[in-house]
Amino acid sequence: MSQTSKDRSFIAVIGDEDSVTGLLLAGVGHLTEDKRKNFLVVDNKSTVEDIENAFDEFTSARKDIAVLLINQHIAEKIRYKLDGYTNAFPAVLEIPSKDHPYDPEKDSVLRRVRRLFGE
Amino acid sequence: MSGAANREAVFPTRMTLTLMKGKLKGATTGHSLLKRKSEALTGRFRDITRRIDEAKRKMGRVMQVAAFSLAEVTYATGDSIGYQVQESVKNARFRVRAKQENVSGVYLPQFEAFYIEENNDFKLTGLGRGGQQVQKAKEVYSKAVETLIELASLQTAFVILDEVIKVTNRRVNAIEHVIIPRTENTIKYINNELDELEREEFYRLKKVQDKKQRDAAAQAAELAAKQALDAGHLRAPSALTQSAPEDLTADKDDDIIF
Repeated sequence: MSQTSKDRSFIAVIGDEDSVTGLLLAGVGHLTEDKRKNFLVVDNKSTVEDIENAFDEFTSARKDIAVLLINQHIAEKIRYKLDGYTNAFPAVLEIPSKDHPYDPEKDSVLRRVRRLFGE
Repeated sequence: MSGAANREAVFPTRMTLTLMKGKLKGATTGHSLLKRKSEALTGRFRDITRRIDEAKRKMGRVMQVAAFSLAEVTYATGDSIGYQVQESVKNARFRVRAKQENVSGVYLPQFEAFYIEENNDFKLTGLGRGGQQVQKAKEVYSKAVETLIELASLQTAFVILDEVIKVTNRRVNAIEHVIIPRTENTIKYINNELDELEREEFYRLKKVQDKKQRDAAAQAAELAAKQALDAGHLRAPSALTQSAPEDLTADKDDDIIF
């Protein structure tokens, strides 16, 4: 486990334009040597497939990502994938976006919390 | 009960009995230790879930503020800076490193944010207009990401702890419901067998004793019979020899005149 977590140092983002822009301003954006981005802007034209591919790339293909931030309304589109995702690394975190306030009822992790405590 | 079904396939000897007793003791100790570990982890787990809940709420507020500051930027610059920002990304300024924390033998990762100050991809962003707002948005978002990282650590700890607690509980249950009963059954079985053997042995000894006694009695009877037979054949000498020591002085004999 220590081996897998040591060299993970980047934060990946899947989100709408505003969220991504903001997070990039904070300085999380990074281009790898082969010019691959660690973020994906999802707009009306993006398909679920695009999101799935990005999710897979960030969670399984790349080994340098420690945290994956994903807008909750986008997470909704690939909910089955998030519910099935149980790895510790990278940590997948659902964040609210400007137009979609945060709803704890939908969060995969919080749902698990609730299930564990039998509520 | 399930004497034959739920026990280990061992040979019922005293040595295996000692072995099994040791095993039972080990299992009991292990069970109590694991139970304590599970309790400690569960305590920690509850603490973490509570903190996750808090952090998620806090994140909602922080992200709202951040989104607002971005709206200010859009307002000040006149158009969206999204494209420009996305295109000028090169190197991450904001990175995380993972530390590890040990909770009852479980390593929980803890993300720690750090900045590489020389990496600044957005020197030109907002140069014409709204530079101040861009600067502010940057700061607000940096704070927001720090909160997110904190939450990510908690969440990762949650996932790992969840897994470990499951494994530990499984072990506790396995020991409690499988290993201990089975070992107890085995011990019982060995004891039964040993008792059985002992009873057999006792019975055997008794039989031997019996037979010996019977033999002795038979021998004695035979001897007696033989003696009786001898006595029948030689009555006089036997009577003489038998009465010899006493009748010499004690008895008065009528035939003796003097």
